Amino acid sequence: MSEIKRGNVDNNSNELNWQGKTKQNINRVKMWTLAWVISMALANFGPKFLWNQLESLTIAAITLNFLLGVGMIYANKIYIQNMDEMQKEIHLNSMAWTLGVGLIVGLSYSNLDVTNVISGPAQISHLILVMGVTNLIAIFVGSRRYK
Amino acid sequence: MKNKLKVLRAERDWTQADLANYLEVSRQTINAIEKGKFDPSLPLAFKAARLFKMTIEEIFQDEA
Repeated sequence: MSEIKRGNVDNNSNELNWQGKTKQNINRVKMWTLAWVISMALANFGPKFLWNQLESLTIAAITLNFLLGVGMIYANKIYIQNMDEMQKEIHLNSMAWTLGVGLIVGLSYSNLDVTNVISGPAQISHLILVMGVTNLIAIFVGSRRYK
Repeated sequence: MKNKLKVLRAERDWTQADLANYLEVSRQTINAIEKGKFDPSLPLAFKAARLFKMTIEEIFQDEA
């Protein structure tokens, strides 16, 4: 191995190296996530503001949102598969925290709703927010541990 | 686990990014391994050994 591979392309084979593939995978996840978020907004606000509650269009928008969600999961799967072993460990830990916190907080929140301790109905968006913040914190803490 | 990655890398005038490219891991992972904060898997240790044309034991030493 006389020549060091620099940049994102392996000069010997003209194929993307590991770093290049990682960037490609991150961009793929970004695109699928963006498309999913836009379709989520369309499915939520479209019936009221764009097509006046027309049921067929609402079903089409929800179906599109679901299918883009499946694509986003697949893109995430490829991204995680291509991670190196330390990154995988950090993400495995963060996902374990996210799942655990999501389950415990979600059920406690549901109990608060069922027993009428909180005034309004429990919102799924609150749980997703908690899971998202937990995931971010866990990745940050996990990354700091190895610095 | 102690290792000689930093020394071996310096002898060849490689940056952490260069070594990361060779071993197909992130630069952060190379940094963590060099500092002894992350122990590489056996396949990654073998890959490093092949790269430096040494045995695993010559690169990585158990501290226990």
